[in-house]
Amino acid sequence: MGTVASHNGELTGAAQPFLRIDAVTKKFGGFTAVDNVSIDVRKGELFSLLGGSGCGKTTLLRVLAGFETPSLGRVIIDGQDVTDLPPYERPVNMMFQSYALFPHMSVEKNVGYGLKHEAMSDTGRRDRVRHMLDLVQLTELSGRKPHQLSGGQRQRVALARALAKQPKLLLLDEPLGALDKKLRERTQFEIMNIQDKTGITFVVVTHDQEEAMTLSTRIAVMDKGIVRQIGTPTEIYEYPRNRFVAGFIGSINQFEGAVADSANGSTAVDLPAVGGRVRVSHKAPPPPGAKVMIAVRPEKIVITRNKPSNAVNAFKGRVQDLGYFGKDSLYRVKLASGVLVTANSVNARRAGEHERIATWEDEVWLSFDPSSAILLMD
Amino acid sequence: MEGSRTLAADTDTTGLLPRGAGYSLRNWFNRRGWRNIIIASPYVWLLAFFLLPFLIVIAMSLATRAGTSPPFAFADTWPYVDFGNIARLFEDPVYVRAYLTSIYNAGIATALCLLLGYPMALAITRVRGTWRNIFLLLVILPFWTSFLLRVYAWIGLMGANSWFNKFLTAFINVLVPADMALRSIPMMNTNFAVVLVMVYSYLPFMILPLYANLERLDGTLNEAAMDLGSKPWQVFRDVTLPLSLPGIIAGGLLVFIPASGEVIIPSLVGDASDPMIGRVINDEFSAARDWPMASAVAVALLFMLVVPMMLYHRFESRAQAGSEVKS
Repeated sequence: MGTVASHNGELTGAAQPFLRIDAVTKKFGGFTAVDNVSIDVRKGELFSLLGGSGCGKTTLLRVLAGFETPSLGRVIIDGQDVTDLPPYERPVNMMFQSYALFPHMSVEKNVGYGLKHEAMSDTGRRDRVRHMLDLVQLTELSGRKPHQLSGGQRQRVALARALAKQPKLLLLDEPLGALDKKLRERTQFEIMNIQDKTGITFVVVTHDQEEAMTLSTRIAVMDKGIVRQIGTPTEIYEYPRNRFVAGFIGSINQFEGAVADSANGSTAVDLPAVGGRVRVSHKAPPPPGAKVMIAVRPEKIVITRNKPSNAVNAFKGRVQDLGYFGKDSLYRVKLASGVLVTANSVNARRAGEHERIATWEDEVWLSFDPSSAILLMD
Repeated sequence: MEGSRTLAADTDTTGLLPRGAGYSLRNWFNRRGWRNIIIASPYVWLLAFFLLPFLIVIAMSLATRAGTSPPFAFADTWPYVDFGNIARLFEDPVYVRAYLTSIYNAGIATALCLLLGYPMALAITRVRGTWRNIFLLLVILPFWTSFLLRVYAWIGLMGANSWFNKFLTAFINVLVPADMALRSIPMMNTNFAVVLVMVYSYLPFMILPLYANLERLDGTLNEAAMDLGSKPWQVFRDVTLPLSLPGIIAGGLLVFIPASGEVIIPSLVGDASDPMIGRVINDEFSAARDWPMASAVAVALLFMLVVPMMLYHRFESRAQAGSEVKS
């Protein structure tokens, strides 16, 4: 979406970041909720803060909104240091997780509330409200009170209200958290559309990795108040930089091992779990003897009945569990070492129950390409 | 449920209940008797201890005073009732004045209770944990002492030689020129004293419903309003105040209604030449032994309080219905 991001997720280009979170720390008593976090967000980005509960993502969002003052660090929006500005003086609006719609006001009044403080004509206000209601397709319900709306409609009112003031930065706290699965998928695309149309920079807090992957131009993965990695969804998924990110995003097979040798971008690692040596591609391999982790996504492991002739990394196991999901199947294969490996295989061909690659207790071969494996040092 | 209960009754083998009347009564009780009794009991209570006495008082107000016991009698001829008492309510300026004094004193006391109680209730919702409980305890602590005792304490405080009076006098004397300096403030036996003691006595009845209302308000609404550009006082005006209206009305009624009929406070600290209506009722009943007149005054007071409440209720439910129709 127009964002220039390098391979490792850092922003490139000469332009200043639109939102700069500069070494922000927030402490509550002895507890550090946000620990020295620095993030740069470009104008027009849809940036996600992703992490489990208690990782500090919501605190960081509240720091951006102005509800919390950081213990250390600065927040700069569009060149303006807003660290010490109260919420009502920031060019920022927020969509609350609970939506926080005013129960005593109609949809129209809710959406128009923030415009009361804007220097604009009554007609201008009315036009803006109508435009916002159009944007979220709620024009017919403008006279209703929040309690007369469904969850999805409330969510859209909250979004329209937060957008009405045309903020420089829109903060969304778990925007889809309260919706059911079907509605969530539809709303996801609605939010992306609206973001595209308005061009406003969005910062989204979410614990749902799928949501973050679909929505975002870039993601910051947070854990215990620390940013573990910043990058595009692809970078986060395919090139996690540490064990936390690898394990947090999607499912992954992880094997502990030690580097044996490395040459020409190919590193050999001894993995006791698979009972042998595997080769992985890695640009900056660690020295021989270094303790590392090899992580392989289930869908990158190929499962076959016979030993693949040209595979670099192949090992034998027995199918212990089999899950059939229609479009794909999940195999849990027990290796000789007792370690369970998960492999995912797409059901590209139509096949009956007896024509599957393998079934329970079958002996199978697992293999993966050196470029599919991730070598992690920390 | 019902089926299984009937079955249980059918297979009653204890032999304690003979078949027939006892059996069907027990069956009826099991089916719906207990439920009906529980639902009906508050209605029975209201009927017996509110509606019935009220009807008796209305009837009494249409009788005339008599030297009998009880001291009233109905007319011998059709229509057996007498509207003289009701007419006197409007003709005799004593009653009109007493009503106006009551409403005036109760109105001012209610307004002052709201002005004092609202910030206190709001403050209590803003503190956490132990302190909140301590503050709530302080609000209801006066109830642990007899009401009468507390009114007598105020009599002591308001007397010309009390430290409280001297303190207030000194304070006022600082503000006024020396030649107008007071020796003491004549507080006792004034409407000021009535209002002061009523505010003191009824303040908890304002604070508690307000607190219950404010405590339930969603704090993120305040944040949302602030996020949309409202300064703290605007947040209060646009969000907290309108959403606490039910609490204000509940607290207001809980103060205004008993205050307008208050007997003890005006009798003990009030101006006897400018009585409130409660005192008039009391005097008519006990001193003048004019039960019908006292009843008429009481019925009129009740209507004065109930009619505005009913109008408000209708207005409120109509507003509710209106918003639903619009959707």
